[in-house]
Amino acid sequence: MLSAGPLRRPLVRHLVVALVLIVVLFLVSGTLSSYNNFQVALIAAYVIAVAGLSLLTGLNGQISLGHGAFMAVGAYTTALLETHQHWPLALVLALSAVTAAVAGLVTGLGAARLRGPYLAGATLALAVGLPELTIKFTSTLGGESGLPVNPPPPVSFLGASFDPNRYLAWVSIVCVAVTMVLLANLVTSRFGRAFRAVRDDEVAASLSGIRVAGNQVLAFVVSAACAGLGGAIYALATGIVNPAGFTLVLSIAILTGAVIGGLGTLGGAVWGGILLVYLPRWAESLSNGLKLNKAISSNLSLGLYGVVLIVVILAFPAGLQGGVRQAGRALRSRFMSGPGGAGSAGAGVPAGTAPVAQGAGGETS
Amino acid sequence: MNIRPNRSAWRVAAVVAVIGLVAAACGGSSSKSTSSSTANTSGTNTASAPGITATTITIGSHQPLTGPAAPGYSEIAPASTAMFKYVNAHGGVYGRSINYIYEDDGYNPANTATVVRKLVLQDNVFAIFDGLGTPTHEAVLSFLQTEKVPDLFVASGCDCWDNPTQDPETFGFQTDYTIEAKVLASYEQAHYKGEKVGYLFQNDDFGQGGVKGFDQEIPSSDVVSRQSYDATAAGLANGLGNQVSAIKAAGAKVVMLDTIPVATALTLLAAAEIGYSPVWIVSSVGGDPPTLAGLLSSISKGKAGASLENGVISASYLPSFSDTTNPWITLFKSIHDQYDASEPWDGNTVFGMAVAYTFVQTMHAAGRNPTRADVVKALETDGGSFTGPGLVPLGYSTTHHNGYVGEQIGVVENGAFNMSGPVYRTTDSSGTPVTTYSGTQPAPPSTF
Repeated sequence: MLSAGPLRRPLVRHLVVALVLIVVLFLVSGTLSSYNNFQVALIAAYVIAVAGLSLLTGLNGQISLGHGAFMAVGAYTTALLETHQHWPLALVLALSAVTAAVAGLVTGLGAARLRGPYLAGATLALAVGLPELTIKFTSTLGGESGLPVNPPPPVSFLGASFDPNRYLAWVSIVCVAVTMVLLANLVTSRFGRAFRAVRDDEVAASLSGIRVAGNQVLAFVVSAACAGLGGAIYALATGIVNPAGFTLVLSIAILTGAVIGGLGTLGGAVWGGILLVYLPRWAESLSNGLKLNKAISSNLSLGLYGVVLIVVILAFPAGLQGGVRQAGRALRSRFMSGPGGAGSAGAGVPAGTAPVAQGAGGETS
Repeated sequence: MNIRPNRSAWRVAAVVAVIGLVAAACGGSSSKSTSSSTANTSGTNTASAPGITATTITIGSHQPLTGPAAPGYSEIAPASTAMFKYVNAHGGVYGRSINYIYEDDGYNPANTATVVRKLVLQDNVFAIFDGLGTPTHEAVLSFLQTEKVPDLFVASGCDCWDNPTQDPETFGFQTDYTIEAKVLASYEQAHYKGEKVGYLFQNDDFGQGGVKGFDQEIPSSDVVSRQSYDATAAGLANGLGNQVSAIKAAGAKVVMLDTIPVATALTLLAAAEIGYSPVWIVSSVGGDPPTLAGLLSSISKGKAGASLENGVISASYLPSFSDTTNPWITLFKSIHDQYDASEPWDGNTVFGMAVAYTFVQTMHAAGRNPTRADVVKALETDGGSFTGPGLVPLGYSTTHHNGYVGEQIGVVENGAFNMSGPVYRTTDSSGTPVTTYSGTQPAPPSTF
């Protein structure tokens, strides 16, 4: 069905899938409690940030430990424009992405010569250093107490008693859909092919006519814009921006989410976002269920993060999304081929090769 | 052809392990809580408000159980829990058991926003109780007003909780930083007048509120150095040597400290390293002797110990944990030994029990079947005349929501905090002098 007529074009396909998902998620959000809608918004914020980073690292091969800083840029932009200046929400969200993109441009240009661990180190410095700016400029940026962020009021046609948390969830669902459509199109376009070419072999890519430095900076800018939008939604949901909310732990958490979810895949970003919001809760439930000593239970969620990361990397090097795809392929080949044959061979192929071939598919779910 | 190792067995085991972990996690409850089944229902209790049933009252809190603020402060909620268990075991409040759910926010306001929303929207707590931290609690202040949830006894001395017009649900508890600073500074003027003074303060509302109070009593010509630090992992990672050296270089003989426990410990260690021993006058926030002793020892890896804190001057609005002659301390210690014995016994424990006791008093005053508004009204009407473990009255009225109005001075000596002399009271404003309070503290009631 998906190869018929106009649906053959990737853009149309992506838009259709996105619209369907928006409608479904809006309906689901209607059944959720106020608190669960709030969690949907948090998950959406992380999904967008993780998607950008997943693209940068998985598809373009650049490791960034600094995307928490780009989230901070987007979050503070939202705080300043939405709460101080009362600008319209859509404009505020777009500008948050733009300012983070500018920060990404500066960072990308500055780090253009760096590769691998040196790039990681430079972005790590960014993650640690950028939030400190808020303490330097306390009068405008709120210092350690931070800046409050007003929850966005629901648009008037929804009625006066529309739950603001549900409205927030709807806004964030739309943002996720828009981001995913744009990223999916980027990935299936020539830019996406160029990203993968640069990741796999810079010299070969350069010989093929790709401007490697420009390509890498573009990837940085796109991923920073995603992080900025994610930070903006996070700020709107929690109602506060302050430096303690954007530590190095956040940058590492987003990268962890991208890796566990499936580096280079958009579906993996969804897994990553869900995990980042729910893993601390599960860790707490676990420690309460086991009635652990308080010294252990307070730090259990960090330990559990590590355990899950190790387990997933060992079992599914392509992340949860890679594992899902493998399962899907195994099921499909079992049903389509005869006894034995392709089924067992599919399961035996190391999952590490999956994203290279699958990335071009531009999954939106 | 390569022989690939058989990974499928590993994968199966890993999947099973992860599913097992997740399943176990989903099984438990999502937070720490106490509840007791010894409720005497008289039959006339009703579910008069969210979080109140005929047999229980559920309250919630955000606490720094992990992170830079955890040393010392993580003991407060277990101490409150112990007091609630004691009360529940003795009939509860109008026969209702108090169920206290406290969540870790790691002193990160974004986490505070998340956990408080969970407590209010999902756990349906009746009130938020003893939310700890100034930047953390500020993150949820407007949310709680919008949701009309009583926000009782914020564990922070910021004077920003005293704002009944804008934040009618919120009540402070401890003596606010400015009042405390005025008391400490007036003691400094009484005993070290004319000496050069240095300030070392946390770079936020806590420290800046303290400086405001110090400056109301200490002439600015006496202040030779003002140093600050940020209460972040980065700000404290290298110790406070720079700040302490600057104060020593300026020649200060007295140093006023508005510091959290870990910063106080770092200050004392840095001063010991450079051979600097001024008179230290520290806020009650960072002056609890057992907490400091533990931090001094752990930060210096055993090289320094409690001896560094001898002679440090501080103040308190509650009796000292080491004052075994005080009947409230005797009572609290027995509750600690029975219900909270795995936690240390120190000023944080006394604080946790005192604020829990005040909550029990409040629920008694609010009536058998209170609404949320009834609790706020009870505090405004009766709270100012509550007597209890405090050395001074609480400042509650229809126009003020600040907590204790003064403090008594004490000195740290060999692990104990010895309080003596008059009890002082004042207000935040520069026009009010520091005066003595002459009321006496009553003994604890036999039943409550």
